Amino acid sequence: MATLDINGKVVDVEAAPDTPLLWVLRDHLGMTGTKFGCGMALCGACTVHIDGTPTRSCITPLAALAGKKITTIEGVSGKVAQAVQAAWDHIDVPQCGYCQSGQVLAATALLTSNPKPSDADIDVAMSGNLCRCGTYQRIRAAIHDAAKSLEA
Amino acid sequence: MNTANLSRRKFLETSAVLGGGLVVGLTLPLRGALAKAAATNAKPVQANAWVRIAPDNTITLICHRNEMGQDVHTSLALLIAEELEVDVDKVKVEQAPVDPVYVNALLGAQITGGSSSVRDAWTKLREAGATARTQLVAAAANEWKVPVADCVAKDGAVSHGNKHKTYGELATAAAKLPAPTNIALKKPADFTQIGKHQHRLDTPAKARGKAIFGIDVTQPGMVHASLEQCPVIGGKVLSVDDSKAKAMPGVRAVVNIGEGVAVIADHYWTAKKAREALTITWDYGPGASLDNAKIEATLKEGAKQDGSVIRQHGDVDAALKSAAKKVDAEYRLQLLAHATLEPMNCLALVSDAGCDIWASTQFPQGAQGVAAARSGVPAAKVRIFPQFIGGGFGRRLDVDFIGQAAAIAKAVPGTPVKLIWTREDDTRNDFYRPASYHALRGGIDAKGALVAFDYKFASASVTNRMFPGVTKNGLDPLMTEGAIDLTYDIANERQRVVIQEFGLRVGYWRSVSHALNAFAIEGFIDELAHAAGKDPVAFRLALLGKQPRQQAVLERAAKEAGWGQKLAAGKAQGIASMESYGTHQALVADISKTASGAIRIDKLTYAVDPGIAVHPDQVLAQIQGGAVSGLINTLTAKITLKDGRVEQSNFHNYQLPRMNQMPKIDVVLMPSGDAPGGMGEVGVPLVAPAIANAVFALTGQRVRTLPLADAKLMFA
Repeated sequence: MATLDINGKVVDVEAAPDTPLLWVLRDHLGMTGTKFGCGMALCGACTVHIDGTPTRSCITPLAALAGKKITTIEGVSGKVAQAVQAAWDHIDVPQCGYCQSGQVLAATALLTSNPKPSDADIDVAMSGNLCRCGTYQRIRAAIHDAAKSLEA
Repeated sequence: MNTANLSRRKFLETSAVLGGGLVVGLTLPLRGALAKAAATNAKPVQANAWVRIAPDNTITLICHRNEMGQDVHTSLALLIAEELEVDVDKVKVEQAPVDPVYVNALLGAQITGGSSSVRDAWTKLREAGATARTQLVAAAANEWKVPVADCVAKDGAVSHGNKHKTYGELATAAAKLPAPTNIALKKPADFTQIGKHQHRLDTPAKARGKAIFGIDVTQPGMVHASLEQCPVIGGKVLSVDDSKAKAMPGVRAVVNIGEGVAVIADHYWTAKKAREALTITWDYGPGASLDNAKIEATLKEGAKQDGSVIRQHGDVDAALKSAAKKVDAEYRLQLLAHATLEPMNCLALVSDAGCDIWASTQFPQGAQGVAAARSGVPAAKVRIFPQFIGGGFGRRLDVDFIGQAAAIAKAVPGTPVKLIWTREDDTRNDFYRPASYHALRGGIDAKGALVAFDYKFASASVTNRMFPGVTKNGLDPLMTEGAIDLTYDIANERQRVVIQEFGLRVGYWRSVSHALNAFAIEGFIDELAHAAGKDPVAFRLALLGKQPRQQAVLERAAKEAGWGQKLAAGKAQGIASMESYGTHQALVADISKTASGAIRIDKLTYAVDPGIAVHPDQVLAQIQGGAVSGLINTLTAKITLKDGRVEQSNFHNYQLPRMNQMPKIDVVLMPSGDAPGGMGEVGVPLVAPAIANAVFALTGQRVRTLPLADAKLMFA
């Protein structure tokens, strides 16, 4: 049995220690907002925050999570996350939407550490997150939009 | 006002819903399970409804098309809302089940594809909204004993002077009225929502991880399956040693379904690890010797056949003989995977009650058929619950994974089983976009005008596999698109197609043959322009005298992109132009060479005439996203086979464009006409030829293969 801190709640999980956090969330805890895309940290659909750092949950085993604070799309909150999600709404970023939990978490982490990112900063922070529908232009616009709203 | 004569549209009926409220739907002709339900129960069949108005004012669109990002939920809701006089954000969307009444008239089956959802629904759903509005107004007029013409329907309510009733209050009375014989549809000039900016109804859920995709569905007592499929597509299991897998804690069963062996376990991770512990002996079948060189040779050899004529006029052979200048070229495209971000998956339950399927699918009707075939349950007892689709692009027109889930679930009756493919499974078991071979000949007269165009296209047919019988006289309509609708007026023209199978199953890939034909034809037109010593825009415009809409988008794209202006060293532009799905477009690609010699795609400038743009911001989104799909099919991605095995596996060796590679995408919308064109696939096919033509302008290298990386080009 492992004990995890997910979205501020302490949760007990009965799973093999090598089980990736992604499947602990989706399969053991029924939290399906975090998505499976590749299983090799290549697409970013499974992005969560671990101690505030955007992390690919598909390659992060349960055994590595003791004492860490995990934040998923279900629990992400605060001024920056709200600004990001409001910008996503305002610009209508999603198409199919499958990658967007990961995009929102990656963007929130970017704006938390860098409140006024340049296009080059966005390239660096967001290029690990694939969007097969091609919403990149709107993701970029929404990040700038969120940055502006946080400035105000 | 446009008056729709309902006597010619007897299928559009109104009826009362059990428990009150108004339902407008296509209730005739009824077939299948719902027909039986109707026969045994005189009450109206709610499942056939397009619109449901409940006494509590909830207005629901039963959406018969599947949402995969292309915005059908909001775009179709807009059609209803406009005529019903309610704000679209008050409309709830519910996904329709399988029923013949939901057949797509443009495609002949209950399919979401072919950029047809809005075109098919354009009249149908506005009539459904207008019918409901007409009855609600009539109910109010009856109650108030005032003329119908003096009542106003607005914002979900009917009013007359100071009298006011909401649709919910009127719905039950309205449902008791006879169906209106005449309904009036609004004139486009009176639209208050269609053609205006609206937010997508599904954005907030998708930005918060709350949208439920097929992979997210759960059912009580659900278990998981992971399926090891034959490394060669089409191969079969000979024998399996499952002793190690079965000994692993949490494993429930191991099931041989023919094309592979599935492990069923309490949890996904257990199922996947146990699957890796299987030892399977395969009959690889005839596909085991296939590779790309063989496919290419088969296509080139196949192209020697006469094939079937797509379009022909004048005397192309004579015109070529007498032409002042002749140009020949061969173009080739490689296999492509769809790579939807949500891998194939399906939740299936086989029980005494029947077979239930929860899945992301573009083809619920096909899902029902394959689930019935593989579970042994009669189709009438197979229920399909379509979910949000995490990327379709044509992959989810195929229903193989749904059949597999049904076959696996059959082994554990009463237990819901969720099958999830790994990314590697998904990459290696796709229905790939077919490889193709194109041979072209052109003739130019002494003045530099194009007088002869001879085109032959050889590729495998998706349609012959999926919808046998649709191909007539060697013409598969999903291979001729992008050719049969060529906009250029050329005095002597012959276009032919050869259906040449090459031993690998193929599938529809966003924009289907438009992308294949456009790459060859628009590249070749550029070659002809240069051979004629003409500017590529002027050369095309000269062939578009009878095509004012096409001419307009071409001129506009050129103008917006600054075509013809002197560019800085190391920069170049290419152009391409076509009509597809009833939508006209032209595209200019701006590219540059980086210091390391790589090519960077700087900007894509589209001019698009979509007819009526029902939801303009999402028309833009479809072009923006289509551009990225176009880049996938242009730059580096391809599927290769060695000994029949797909060599690519995941996103490191099947690369999709990322944020840092994004060009700027400018889209100019030029709506015209009185009906919408298709939009979901339009952004895709011109990307490759526009970029290839720009590469020629930049380097002098004419690239006739996709992906362009096959011509030793590097991309930044």
